[in-house]
Amino acid sequence: MSGPRIQIWFLILLLVVCFALACPLQSCFVAWPGSRANGDVFAITLGESRKLFANEFFVKADSYYHSGFYPTIFDDNRAFKTAHMAEDTGAVNSQNHGEEESFMGPPRNWIDAFGRHFMPDRHTHLDEGGADGDLSGSEGVREILPWLKLSSDLDPQNVQNYIVTAYWLRQRMHQPKTAQEVLLEGLHENPGSCDILFELGRLYAESDHDTNRAVNVWMAGLHNWRRIKGTEDEVAANNFIYEKLATQMGSEQADVGNWQAAIEWFEKAKSVSKSPEALQQMIDILRQKHSIKPKS
Amino acid sequence: MKTILAVAGVVIKELYRRKDFYVLFIVTMLICLIMASVRIFNDDKIVRYLKEMCLLLVWISSLVIAITTTARQIPAERENRTLLPLLAKPVTRTQLLLGKFLGCWLACGIALVCFYLFFGALAASREHHWPLLNYFQAASLHWFMLGIVIAMALLGSLVFAAPSSNSTICFVVVGGILLLGRHLDSVALTLPEPVRSAFLIVYYSIPHLEFFDVRDLIIHDWPLIHWGYYGLALIYGIGYMVVFLTGASLVFRRQSVN
Repeated sequence: MSGPRIQIWFLILLLVVCFALACPLQSCFVAWPGSRANGDVFAITLGESRKLFANEFFVKADSYYHSGFYPTIFDDNRAFKTAHMAEDTGAVNSQNHGEEESFMGPPRNWIDAFGRHFMPDRHTHLDEGGADGDLSGSEGVREILPWLKLSSDLDPQNVQNYIVTAYWLRQRMHQPKTAQEVLLEGLHENPGSCDILFELGRLYAESDHDTNRAVNVWMAGLHNWRRIKGTEDEVAANNFIYEKLATQMGSEQADVGNWQAAIEWFEKAKSVSKSPEALQQMIDILRQKHSIKPKS
Repeated sequence: MKTILAVAGVVIKELYRRKDFYVLFIVTMLICLIMASVRIFNDDKIVRYLKEMCLLLVWISSLVIAITTTARQIPAERENRTLLPLLAKPVTRTQLLLGKFLGCWLACGIALVCFYLFFGALAASREHHWPLLNYFQAASLHWFMLGIVIAMALLGSLVFAAPSSNSTICFVVVGGILLLGRHLDSVALTLPEPVRSAFLIVYYSIPHLEFFDVRDLIIHDWPLIHWGYYGLALIYGIGYMVVFLTGASLVFRRQSVN
């Protein structure tokens, strides 16, 4: 046999071996937990660092919510620790203190004073008209959505993205169906998340007026809730969502006339609340109104 | 003045014969149009992210055009051995410098007009209104900022050995000023002496290019800048152009032509 013919046969043999090896290896590779061939472009290109970018985009969305009037790392950002767009949903525990208007402080010198004429100079929220101050234009809040979408694509485990997106879609964009899709996607990525279940319940109750479904979802949220050990902020955030869920259940029970059950839910909410006085007041009012004696 | 305009005309012709501007303009258009084709939550009124991306690309492109065009002007004349014949004609060194500066600045102005027209059209396609005065303020402030950068790059082209090193240094300095310039004094306060004084000297002596960056005002539809402050910013810009051009003229006078 001549030289070139041997080479061709050898090449064919190598191709057959490659094909034979590829068949079992492909299935092993797909099943391998470390595989990056899951079609997620961000996961392939950025790896775990995408969570860092996700947080940046979440902050960017909050900066848009303020029409660009937002502190930098050099400014006093105590009043912006929790994103205001998340705080305003009522589903997130706020850690903000201090003045929102004056995070830049008084002008330090003439350059600083002059420079402030060329940047956004007052605190506004997009849902309250933004920089125009036109209260009829609250739909401007739509501008935060691209950054929230990008953030949730980069870090699907950050539940705040789904809650904030769904809340604004429902409240200001009047798109409850899209909001529901966002929450269900969030639930798919974070099975059993109490925060998402709370928001989903609110959507069923307030937009669909389907109280039974809302109560079922809130019950599922309460069922999934666990006490956690962690930093003070983490524990506070975890307790906050339990308080919100229990308070919602209490309100629903009060609405249908189950006073005793309502009081029990308020008691549960009070047990984890940072400000139990308001809840105790509600309990007292219910007891007085319906002559219910406290359980011994 | 005629001589200066003649030299400037040559520089402008050079810009539209080169491919830099066309490439950057087409890339900007392509990226923006692709981004505009993405529909987020089926809402076709979302526009601010698009405006931000477009303005960012316009700023990057304009800086690339300004710095790379300016940085090669004098070195290219030296390399092609055209500097000596040029100066042998009744053209003084200062006139040559002013002509080069004016040419680069006007060329950048023409490029900016194209970029801002595209930006305006893109924004209007979704917003259905055209705040012309706001765009005028933003574009003119942007142009004056480029004037400072061009004057700085022209001085750099006489000080540094090669256009590449000059361009790199200019990009680093301009990027540094735009990102950190406003906060240098706050940083200085946290530092011990004599570093603090050094930082403060830098803070007070650099051109504060961030005055001219009003992208946030345009993106988020803030009202017009007060015309008085706008005028003062332009005067501030002209002041720094004069400083850099005087420096360049003094350096160029002492340099040998070959």
